[in-house]
Amino acid sequence: MLKYLLNRLFWMVPLLVGISLISFLIMHLAPGDITSTEASFNPKTSEESRQKLRELYNLDKPVIVQYGLWLKRMSTLDFGHSFASHQSPVFWQETDKDGNVTKGMIQEALPITLLINVLSLILIIGIALPLGVISALTQNKLPDRSITIFVFIGFAIPSFWLALMLMYWTGVSHNWLPISGLHSLGADKLSWFSQALDTLKHLTLPILISGLTGLAGISLFVRNGMLDVLHQDYITTARAKGLPENTVIYKHALRNALLPLITIFGLSIPGLIGGSVIAESIFAIPGMGKLFYDAVLMRDFPVIMGILTIGSALTLVGNLLADLAYAWADPRVRKGVAQ
Amino acid sequence: MQNRHQIIKKILPCLLSIFIATSLISCSEQKNEASSKLNQEYPPESGGTLVDAMSGEPSGLIAMMAGESSASAIASNIFNSLLKYDKNLELTGELAKSWDVSADQKTITFHLKPNLKWADGKPLTSADVLFTWQTVTNDNTRSPYGADYKLVKKAEAPDANTFKVTYAQPYAPALDSWSGLHVLPKHLLEDQDINNTPFSRHPVGSHYYQLDQWKKGESISLKRNPNASQGQAKIDRLVSRIIPDRAAQFLELMADNIDSMSLNSIQYARIFPARPDLTNKIAQYKELGNSYTYLGFNLKRKPFNDVRVRQAINYAIDKQEIIDGVLLGLGLPVASPYKPGTRWSNPKLQPYPYNPQKAITLLKAAGFEDHDHDGILDRDGQPLSFEILTNQNKEREMSAVLVQRRLKEIGIDVKIRVVEWATFISRFIKTGDFNVVLLGWGLGLEPDQFNIWHSSQQAPGQFNFIGYNNPKVDMLLETGRTELNPDKRMKIYHQFAEILLEDSPVVYLFAGYGLPAMHKRVKGIDDPAPPAGIGHNAYEWYIPTPLRRNEMSAE
Repeated sequence: MLKYLLNRLFWMVPLLVGISLISFLIMHLAPGDITSTEASFNPKTSEESRQKLRELYNLDKPVIVQYGLWLKRMSTLDFGHSFASHQSPVFWQETDKDGNVTKGMIQEALPITLLINVLSLILIIGIALPLGVISALTQNKLPDRSITIFVFIGFAIPSFWLALMLMYWTGVSHNWLPISGLHSLGADKLSWFSQALDTLKHLTLPILISGLTGLAGISLFVRNGMLDVLHQDYITTARAKGLPENTVIYKHALRNALLPLITIFGLSIPGLIGGSVIAESIFAIPGMGKLFYDAVLMRDFPVIMGILTIGSALTLVGNLLADLAYAWADPRVRKGVAQ
Repeated sequence: MQNRHQIIKKILPCLLSIFIATSLISCSEQKNEASSKLNQEYPPESGGTLVDAMSGEPSGLIAMMAGESSASAIASNIFNSLLKYDKNLELTGELAKSWDVSADQKTITFHLKPNLKWADGKPLTSADVLFTWQTVTNDNTRSPYGADYKLVKKAEAPDANTFKVTYAQPYAPALDSWSGLHVLPKHLLEDQDINNTPFSRHPVGSHYYQLDQWKKGESISLKRNPNASQGQAKIDRLVSRIIPDRAAQFLELMADNIDSMSLNSIQYARIFPARPDLTNKIAQYKELGNSYTYLGFNLKRKPFNDVRVRQAINYAIDKQEIIDGVLLGLGLPVASPYKPGTRWSNPKLQPYPYNPQKAITLLKAAGFEDHDHDGILDRDGQPLSFEILTNQNKEREMSAVLVQRRLKEIGIDVKIRVVEWATFISRFIKTGDFNVVLLGWGLGLEPDQFNIWHSSQQAPGQFNFIGYNNPKVDMLLETGRTELNPDKRMKIYHQFAEILLEDSPVVYLFAGYGLPAMHKRVKGIDDPAPPAGIGHNAYEWYIPTPLRRNEMSAE
């Protein structure tokens, strides 16, 4: 088992290098660089100073040389500094000689995105599991049909539109929830509890919106897994043994039906650090989606590469974890791995 | 029993409707009361918090390093320049009490106001100004704005209140350039690397406000600077919330969570008039915009090298239609690249009127006629057909469609191509690989537009990418740069604008208004807005105590 793990970890390194090379090349295929932003299209700026900037950032060198420089830095886990954001460190905070701390851009954006995504994932599981089971048990009957319709509406509805409507309804028409942002003004004067409550209120709509769109996938997955399992021979056996229906469904069927979900959760680990640009813009949440989108528009290469690298590393780790969890949960797989 | 039931059934709706009616009345009474409270006169007093929204977050607050509009918007509340523009957009002193220009027009001497202080109490002297100049011209400074200041041959600070710059040649835009350079504190930045100094997140300036708190990605709060160089502002705190989405900003404005935002034309001209609940509490203002939108020709290519073709296209486009259709009437046609109503704008000039007949005549004179009767004009077998290139900007895209339609009517086939900004610049503008672009330029306060129109500025990456080349304009631009006398300069630029209009290297489409909305609790705002916009006297704005928003306090 340990050997298997080490083997997998070892092969991740060349994979990561490959992914980063491809990302780097694709990023440079898009025309323009940090000196061709809208703000630099200003007659008060001069081409010489822009050329100077390009040299300072090594943007005048061939792409493959730039990649080599980037790789050399990355080998010491140095994510570099942003071009656009006043030389902020891309990943983690730095302290200068006077003891001033500059926080990393990903460091600042990541916690809030993680919080929203984890909460909405919990919300999704909490709702999708029972919905899927009910659907499967009442296959093609009214509850199944209405649940399917509901989750598909949630999936198909444009989330920005729904977000704006809910913001208007809960924030302008009724003063129930704050409209955008993360904290109320002056919230830092409040007690710890009121602050948490305030943040929770601000997060309600974003979590609800991102949860609603994710509901369809998981609940249909559970439903289909359940249906598959319910038609297996061992369920018939269990029923024939005279086991109570509840035991059959929750102990024998559901546990087996949940196996494929492990893969889905493994794959959703990198998704946890990726925010939705649209939701983050509308709700004014300074998360990862907005950070990445702005970096792409500004051609802020170190930030783009930083997020892509972390994302791809997490994807690989997520795959590995899913495989391990599978082995843990499913004896058949475990034996296969051990051999 | 039965009877009583029926009575209740009959009475209940009546009672309900009475209840609803009274609650409605009291509700509207409340509203009237609130709005009459808002419309009362109040004496000026200091205090209160003004909350506004901005779409982007500054990367830092040293304007020469950051470059985004959000950075300069915040930084201009914190830092002073030597000079500033007054409400009529004339240059006047800010840190400088006065300035002299030497007889040969090469040396400018600024006399600083006495007893200037930084927010931290240290004196602000000409040494700080000199330090700022050294910083912006330093080769290691990653600022794109150094060019103007590098023309200074010698800068000196002979005493604490005098700053003297000498140029190799008289350089008229110099004064404007000193109005755009925020003076930085030498004592805090001397041994720092300006490119990544933490000072950009914890600035210390000399203007009305100083930074109170910067919540990354959420808001920037400023508080009054007790040592402000220009006197004390009335409002205590300015909070700028970062809300990228305009629709979300508008919802926050409706819910009274922010006091001010800049509206778009639909919000201004469609939503507001239909919502008395909004107009009761929020005032709308209209101010001259800072930019104009134009259709620019690639003058190096046929047929745009022919002035008749350019003029014909100019006559064929109905500018008022674009203003009405795209900006819902909230814009002005312009005839020169200067703000209408200011000194530099030539009042005699009129935009090309909409005259398709004249356009057809001009095109005929240039040799374009519909010889093959396919509805499109042609010359030597070549149809008059081109592509309008613009970037992802709703106003520009919509204008392009209206231009396309009008040009089709006189037999010009136009296609529209919309590309993302960075692609637009590096793939098309820099390489000169375009026929016609639809873009915008700033309506500068400084009349010098050498970089945009002089024939020497056509190299890749320079700003005369349309390839305009007129020796007479070159000559005027050169003289205008060396003439520091405003009246003589004015004549030069009036003549320049006249030739430019006649030559029609670009078709001026419109200059949109800026449309700020402001909660009526904020008093002391000039309406109508002077040329400099409503913000020119923001330090005199005040929020009367009864109208202040309830501040959140510890519970």
